[in-house]
Amino acid sequence: MKNLEMLNIKNIIIKLILIILFYFISSFMLEQGIIPPHIESNMFFIGINIILAVSLNLINGFTGQFSLGHAGFMALGAYASAAVTSIYGKDFVFGILAAAVITAIAGLIIGIPTLRLKGDYLAIATLGFAEIIKVLLENYEKFGGAAGMSDIPFYTTWPWLYFSVIITIVLISNFIKSYQGRACIAIREDEIAAEAMGVNTTYYKVLAFVIGATFAGIAGALYANRIYYIKPGDFSFMKSIDILVMVVFGGIGSVSGAVVGTLILAVISTALQDAMEYRMLIYAFILAIIMIYRPQGILGKNGFKSIKRRVRKLFKKEEKANASIKG
Amino acid sequence: MPVLKVKDLTKSFGGIVAVSNISMEVEKGQIAGVIGPNGAGKTTLFNLLTGIYKPTSGEVEYNLDRKVTTRQLKPYKTAAYGISRTFQNIRLFKEMTVLENVLIGYHNNFNYSVFSSFFRLPGFLKGERKAREEALELLKVMGLYNKKDELAKNLPYGEQRKLEIARALATKPQVLLLDEPAAGMNPQETNELTQLIRKLRKDFNLTIILIEHDMSLVMDICEKIFVFDYGKLIAKGTPLEVQNNPEVIKAYLGEEEEHATA
Repeated sequence: MKNLEMLNIKNIIIKLILIILFYFISSFMLEQGIIPPHIESNMFFIGINIILAVSLNLINGFTGQFSLGHAGFMALGAYASAAVTSIYGKDFVFGILAAAVITAIAGLIIGIPTLRLKGDYLAIATLGFAEIIKVLLENYEKFGGAAGMSDIPFYTTWPWLYFSVIITIVLISNFIKSYQGRACIAIREDEIAAEAMGVNTTYYKVLAFVIGATFAGIAGALYANRIYYIKPGDFSFMKSIDILVMVVFGGIGSVSGAVVGTLILAVISTALQDAMEYRMLIYAFILAIIMIYRPQGILGKNGFKSIKRRVRKLFKKEEKANASIKG
Repeated sequence: MPVLKVKDLTKSFGGIVAVSNISMEVEKGQIAGVIGPNGAGKTTLFNLLTGIYKPTSGEVEYNLDRKVTTRQLKPYKTAAYGISRTFQNIRLFKEMTVLENVLIGYHNNFNYSVFSSFFRLPGFLKGERKAREEALELLKVMGLYNKKDELAKNLPYGEQRKLEIARALATKPQVLLLDEPAAGMNPQETNELTQLIRKLRKDFNLTIILIEHDMSLVMDICEKIFVFDYGKLIAKGTPLEVQNNPEVIKAYLGEEEEHATA
């Protein structure tokens, strides 16, 4: 019975081989300089954005809690890792750990009061908290205040980034298919019915929020240890909106959607780099067009499954057509 | 000892008294019906019985494995106590499959940790396998097995109602509250539902309380009927007693105009 087999060994091995194969190809190309430097740096930002989008999607897409505070958690993670690795001179592992722990705690502290709110109110409250974090960092002289922190050691190498992205995707996909993840989706679908089935809605909202925040913190750590220099202004509310756009664009409520959305948006904005001041105009126009014709996002709620289904349908139609010709 | 005991229950919203001074008892294993015209306070009563509303005054008490009082009735805790319900305006998880809907009903029976979920540890696999087996078994009983992978929103209306019952049963209730289970069903479907409710009571050892407008169903399966009108309990008793009660006839058919005869 297909439904009882949660662990499809063959499938996992194929995925594992693909992941490792792609890793070796990509790192070979990076080492040999086949990939030009500006594309290389784009690859890093795409990776970081994927982690941000997938983790935000857990909160906004799967649990249905509209958060606009993701940049705030990224900032906390970035500063935590920057402090641990540059001021205290510790290894990157500790930087990432510190980022994860601090953002998890911050997620808990911010989540418990704000997740009682719904819809727009929650969005505004989380946005407010992200701004508070930004303002606090701007006024904390030890971390350079508004001028920011520089001389952050360069630790985010390709393997670090690549495997962080893979781990984020795998862990969040696994979580969604567990009973805890289903409880989160049930809250999105119908909160009252979820409660009647025994789901402690507050607990699962906070849980999703904390997990999302933690991964945003890790993304922040990867970011800080990549670009030498961070300042609070990097994590403004525009950054939160950027991440949200990637999620909505790819398909709110699907992991593959968030990944594809991030990739396509990165390609679009790179392609528009030469268009100078018209860039944001064209970018916004493309977004508007897609939202009009595909409001559920590129992949929609079911992610790759919806494409598979459509391809299968197409083939069936062709078969039928062939059969009718022969018949 | 009655499974459910309601004493002087009142709920008002601002100046409107939706449920006023209700006292009722339901015995273990009974099928009890709650009837009355629209707006009589039946659904409000259900919301009070499941903790969605807090009563303005009065008490709700369940005698299940343990005693459950009004104060302990929190919506997300009722399922763990053994109280489950369906909704008048179907509240399925529309974008989830039929199987996943039932698995949400099993929520309290899972106990693997978040850590097991992240890494798919043996605990996760064992828990999921067991729950899925049970859920599929339940879907077979409810005649929904063939639809297990369909999205709930794509089911026809009658099957959505059935799925709501399946989901409620998955919480392993002792008391099942059904809010208009036959609404929108044709006579044949209603007939099947009647058989199903009887069967479920027997197989799952349930006490069932149902709100229903379909009098043939109510009179057929309910052993005790509570009649509501304008938030008040105007009659209670066996189907026969209720049918002959002048108050009930008045509520349903209107008052005889006395001046006409005078």
